[in-house]
Amino acid sequence: MQLSGAGIGGLMVAGIPVLGNTVAPERLLEPGADAAAKKRLADVALNAAKSKGATYTDVRIGRYLQQFLFTREQKVQNVVNAESYGIGIRVIANGTWGFAATSDVRPEAIARCAETAVAIAKANSRLQTEPVKLAPQKGVGDVTWKTPLQKNAFEIPVGQKIDLLMKVNSEAMKNGAAFVTSNLFFVNEQKYFASTDGSYIDQDVHRIWPTFTVSAVDRTSGKFKTRDALSSPMGMGYEYLDGLASEKIAAPYGLVGYRNSYDMVEDATLAAKQVKQKLSAKTVQPGKYDLVLDPNHLGLTIHESVGHPTELDRVLGYEANYAGTSFATLDKWKSKNFNYGSKMVNIVADKTQVGSLGAVGYDDEGVPCKQWDLIKDGILVNYQAIRDQAAIIGENESHGCCYADNWNSVQFQRMPNVSLKAGSEKRSVFDMVKGVDKGIYIIGRGSYSIDQQRYNFQFGGQLFYEIKNGEIVGMLDDVAYQSNTQEFWNSCAQLCDQDDYRTFGSFFDGKGQPSQVSAVSHGSATTRFNGVNVINTGRKI
Amino acid sequence: MATILTEAEAKTLLQKVLSYSKADECEVNLSGEERGNVRYARNEVSTSGSLTNQNLVVQSSFGKKVGTATIDEFDDASLEKVVRRAEELARLAPENPEYMGVLGPQTYLKANGFFDTTANITPDTRAEAVAKSLQLTRDARLTAAGFMEDRHGYSAMMNSKGLFAYYPSTNVNFSLTVRTEDGKGSGYVARGYSDITKLDTAAATSIAIQKARGSAEARAIEPGKYTVILEPTAAVVLLENVFFNMDARSADEGRSYFSKSGGKSRLGDKIVDERVTIYSDPTNAELPASPWSGDGQAQQKTMWIEKGVVKNLSYSRYWAQKQGKKPLPGPNNVIMMGGNSSLDDMIKSTQRGILVTKLWYIREVDPQTILLTGLTRDGTFYIENGKIKHPVKNFRFNESPIIMLNNLEALGKPERVVSTESDQNYLIPPMKIREFTFTSLSDAV
Repeated sequence: MQLSGAGIGGLMVAGIPVLGNTVAPERLLEPGADAAAKKRLADVALNAAKSKGATYTDVRIGRYLQQFLFTREQKVQNVVNAESYGIGIRVIANGTWGFAATSDVRPEAIARCAETAVAIAKANSRLQTEPVKLAPQKGVGDVTWKTPLQKNAFEIPVGQKIDLLMKVNSEAMKNGAAFVTSNLFFVNEQKYFASTDGSYIDQDVHRIWPTFTVSAVDRTSGKFKTRDALSSPMGMGYEYLDGLASEKIAAPYGLVGYRNSYDMVEDATLAAKQVKQKLSAKTVQPGKYDLVLDPNHLGLTIHESVGHPTELDRVLGYEANYAGTSFATLDKWKSKNFNYGSKMVNIVADKTQVGSLGAVGYDDEGVPCKQWDLIKDGILVNYQAIRDQAAIIGENESHGCCYADNWNSVQFQRMPNVSLKAGSEKRSVFDMVKGVDKGIYIIGRGSYSIDQQRYNFQFGGQLFYEIKNGEIVGMLDDVAYQSNTQEFWNSCAQLCDQDDYRTFGSFFDGKGQPSQVSAVSHGSATTRFNGVNVINTGRKI
Repeated sequence: MATILTEAEAKTLLQKVLSYSKADECEVNLSGEERGNVRYARNEVSTSGSLTNQNLVVQSSFGKKVGTATIDEFDDASLEKVVRRAEELARLAPENPEYMGVLGPQTYLKANGFFDTTANITPDTRAEAVAKSLQLTRDARLTAAGFMEDRHGYSAMMNSKGLFAYYPSTNVNFSLTVRTEDGKGSGYVARGYSDITKLDTAAATSIAIQKARGSAEARAIEPGKYTVILEPTAAVVLLENVFFNMDARSADEGRSYFSKSGGKSRLGDKIVDERVTIYSDPTNAELPASPWSGDGQAQQKTMWIEKGVVKNLSYSRYWAQKQGKKPLPGPNNVIMMGGNSSLDDMIKSTQRGILVTKLWYIREVDPQTILLTGLTRDGTFYIENGKIKHPVKNFRFNESPIIMLNNLEALGKPERVVSTESDQNYLIPPMKIREFTFTSLSDAV
């Protein structure tokens, strides 16, 4: 589920969850505690929990840094520098999970916190009938992992970032926007993990998300439209903002796709021109259309209709009270012939892809990360599972996709990158459009909604173009498509090739109670789906 | 020092912080909270946790240059350090043309949102509350997934112009989904209270059990326009999207439903049925809320929509000054007045319609009309000739709460409900609406 703007809980800045205390920007460059010191603290927790009766313990000492910049037109609205530091201790006692966390990292406080975790496990164990079973995981000893990056975003002066956003805003206004807001989000997770399996894992994870919204207003009619950035959040450093020409992909109608490098000023300039066109775009005639979906749009459809339904905790019922369960039930997987999609649909789960939001060396229960198939040649072949679920699907090891959004949150199964493989035949978007008689080319993330078992969905977008007899003939408005997951993926008719492959990303994906966020990428090339039901969302009041 | 400070302790601490200030103006916000939760699924406890937070935010200003710094350690050295840090950041900051300066002393209404009963919850209290629920679902051979979370805490503020505010509060939210073993039926219940003694997890569980059993073997009926009866849990997730949009600046700038042609706003316009009255009141005993906003402005009882007419939009202090209006902070609670119909009356008076008990995954499709999409979930029923005939398969809808409130048939008695989208608590009545637009069917249970 994607979080909407309001009420996620905790301190919010413009609908964005901020973890921790605000600090000075230079504080974000301080190194934090060294690995040896963290190992000593982790051992205090491991020993204290064991002495109180825990049969398994893991410890996460986390320093979570965030820098968020918010501007509108020529004003800086807010610069948030936040740091959150503390320890989360998870134990199994009497066969039951217990968890406690504290920001007080003195040894005596850590020992008390470990005791609380054990006490909670024991209090809840009287309600438990089935003890927790963990897939075996050999300790990996002392290891480190770091996001491969060229420019640490936290080392770039705030002034330089503001200058970029002011340039974005002024270009948008110059090109006809009535309003513009622009933001930069930077996240650095410095995570130290230790467990009674004998792992001591030190990781330094970086993520970046530049984005904006431009608005156009027709005061006479009272009509208004917006167009959001076509960037993608990435597991990269500030180099993502270099706007390299080699990473731009030309698309029909003067549109530009961005791969691993983003030109924010160029996109804002285009956005301002396009948002004005949206005010007078033709309203869509409802009916069946062949859809040509850009990766920057299709990513969210993959996320909602493949990513979430193949989460094993949902399939088993652990998320029944909130996010829901899944239509992709165990019997469908066991049959080995459930046609999730057409034969050309190959979807992989991955925690290793360079530049992706999901990439780390080890997950938050110390499992080395990997890639595996979810849908192969259209057939459902696997799920996303963590240590206490692996045995249920007959696997001997976790897939390594356990995650907590902060030291004070308990880790649980979270979506790895889930991506659609590009086609093997040479094909560009221009080629694809040529073959469509009656279609709509959709770009960007719009409104989105899907049922709790992931059958019925509705998606909008940022930009819609009408395709007639192999040509784009103009812009459309009021477009949303409704479909059923299995029907939709079985209507998948054509894929562009690897040259068109890009990732879409979700920076704040919500799941769980209390709700936690995570960041995840979804790669694909532009893809065609035949005969999809399109509705008109325009209303008169 | 304890995490939850009394009014006197908070005052002493805040005075100490202000004594370190050398800025033109200084304002300090202070808060502390303790939270606990337990989560269960497949009739077993899955995760649980506890969390303690305290936070102090110092805002210092020199003219219109403003800096903010935060800290969670309250020893003297840390407090002085955070004040110095805020002052350094203020000196470095560009001028903020929208900075309005701090307010002088204010008078606040008396609101009581703190209950010792809730503040004294222990892990055992939670386990017992959940045990009562699990007992019922296990005995009934149904599968439960639920969540209980409680919070107690306070917030306080003081500034260099002598303003002081303090508000302690407690809250407990409980939600539960009960499913039949074959996965064909699903029922839901959510409860939110300031005082935990009002929470009866067994009674709530019985409602979810009834809906789970009653919703099994649902039949498909054609999507289209139907008369619907929305239970408050279903209605609130639509209505809150109206409340979220009631900001004067967006309306005046021409980019909200509350804008209209010719560059004007809908303030003063009748936008919905005259039986619709929506207001906020921090002193409401059922839904107490803080009597002050984060910037220290007093929360008064405020009409937002009265007899269908937009009476107020919220104005920030900056926007109010720019537009020559009185500032009005956004509400800390929202209450919709009800009518005389019971849920039974509404069903009895319906020839052909749908009873909707919960809605899910609500997203705005078009901000111009607040057109929302989402689906029914966990118990949807067909009504014919005044009686519930059978459960129906879930629908996707595309509907605007504004259009819906123009198609109002009847209102019931307001109840405190928890939004399944925002987790906020509201007082909302059940309502009967004609011509509600369902656009497709879903196989989801």
